[in-house]
Amino acid sequence: MTLRAALAIIGLAAASLMAAPARAERLIVSVSNHRVTVTPNYSGGELVLFGSVEKDDKTPSNRGNYDLVVTVSGPRADMVTRRKERKFGIWINTDSRQFLQVPGYLALFSNRPFDQIASPEVQRRQQLGLNNVLLMQRVGPDFADVVPNDPFRSAFVRLRAEHGLYREATAAVTFLTPTLFRTGIPLPAEVPIGTYNVEIKLFSDGALVTKTETAFEIVKVGFEQFVATTARQNGLVYGLVTAFMALMTGWMASIVFRKD
Amino acid sequence: MQLYLPIADIPVNVFLILAMGAAVGFVSGMFGIGGGFLMTPLLIFVGIAPAVAVASVASHIAASSFSGAISYWRRRAIDPLLAAVLLVGGTIGTALGVWTFTFLRSLGQLDLMIALSYVILLTTVGGLMFWEGLRAMLRSRRGGPVTLRKPGSHGWIHGLPLKLRFKRSKIYLSVIPVVVVGLVIGFIGAVMGIGGGFILVPLMIYVLRVPTSTVIGTSMVLTLVTMVFATMLHAVTNHLVDAVLALILMIGGVTGAQFGARAGQKIRGEHLRLLLGLLVLAVGIRFAVELVIRPQDLFSIRETGGAPP
Repeated sequence: MTLRAALAIIGLAAASLMAAPARAERLIVSVSNHRVTVTPNYSGGELVLFGSVEKDDKTPSNRGNYDLVVTVSGPRADMVTRRKERKFGIWINTDSRQFLQVPGYLALFSNRPFDQIASPEVQRRQQLGLNNVLLMQRVGPDFADVVPNDPFRSAFVRLRAEHGLYREATAAVTFLTPTLFRTGIPLPAEVPIGTYNVEIKLFSDGALVTKTETAFEIVKVGFEQFVATTARQNGLVYGLVTAFMALMTGWMASIVFRKD
Repeated sequence: MQLYLPIADIPVNVFLILAMGAAVGFVSGMFGIGGGFLMTPLLIFVGIAPAVAVASVASHIAASSFSGAISYWRRRAIDPLLAAVLLVGGTIGTALGVWTFTFLRSLGQLDLMIALSYVILLTTVGGLMFWEGLRAMLRSRRGGPVTLRKPGSHGWIHGLPLKLRFKRSKIYLSVIPVVVVGLVIGFIGAVMGIGGGFILVPLMIYVLRVPTSTVIGTSMVLTLVTMVFATMLHAVTNHLVDAVLALILMIGGVTGAQFGARAGQKIRGEHLRLLLGLLVLAVGIRFAVELVIRPQDLFSIRETGGAPP
């Protein structure tokens, strides 16, 4: 036996060991559409995620009551939350807090309330629920997340939720059979464009059993999107065209309405 | 008909915006002003972000002042040299204005500054105009001669050096105050999204003593160039010019202006000034109220940087 062959066998053995840990279930999921095109008159829509829990011979036979948590997070960006205060009789932005690389869209769905699925400790570690999702902030010289009832954090989540961009629904995942499930992913009109990651976590008896990921993409199409992209990427050309358009409109008006 | 504005990022009713453009155009044609001081607030009240409103209205004013400037040019009512000297200050002022705008925006105080400067400028100018119009009306009612404050003697402004002869306007004047006036108008135009005609014309008449024959045409040239410049700068530095919004405004505006101009000729001068003063004052007060009452939501979110796509 050559050395190379021996190494290959060891490698294979190691790989098979890693690929087959104590994990006894497998999640198979798919979204109804991996590429959503949004037109200017798009007023919101819904994607459907469906999947099933595949058991194998290692699955403990008494395991049946599964819980699922689906986390959808959209493209990340830095955001600032500002607070107005009354100063000199008028309302001014005084305090602010910077949120670093937080998702533009964030949705958490489960089949029952998070506190019934897992203990507070597991909820925190697995980031179950808007209160437990990590929202990195610049707090003084540090980068950290703060307690859920921090005024800036809760205002941030509330404002995003008002636009339908952050949401949490603890009855959104439905099990059609004990192993087959589905959930809807609502996408509001203002949905940001980019790549969306979907993370599906399977729990049983308060512990994480397995998880998997999938993704979809949101693309805006149409004239309005073309204008917006040009404005951002070719500011000078955009400005020139707009200024030229203004002059043409003015000139046309002076011809159309010429009195002499 | 709903239309999605690409930069303002909100859907609006096309006919509402068109009607607003026409209404402001009517007023601007009636009073011979650009109307930016009305257009920008109206857009803000409709829900468009103040920053986008200011940047987009700049291009709208460029359109309306260009059509005005063309007709004044045909009537030879523009003083090219005076316009050129004003423009020297105007371009510097606009650049400074856009720079200030960007700076305030990064501080998160832009909306406040826009609102505050509207309150101060509009209530002052509106109040003065209203008072002036009221006095002129009372005087004419009493049968006295309607006299504008007639410039008799030469003030300190006329003692400044670097004098230049402006042939078309028939004045001999130092370039310093002219450049300063251009600078001030350019600056506030870029920050507030107004052409500044309603301040520029009185300044030119009372401070620079420019004869009425060339004052409006020349001021329109300044407005035109500073607003084209402001459009460009806003587009390049802040990416806030909404071309779709601007186009709808322009179409409404230039149409409304034609009817406004005809209506304006039927109203007497002092009534016109009284009305304009009231209008300016009302907009200013509306802004003041907005600042004083408690906002519905004390918190606001703004994206500061996108993720790499």
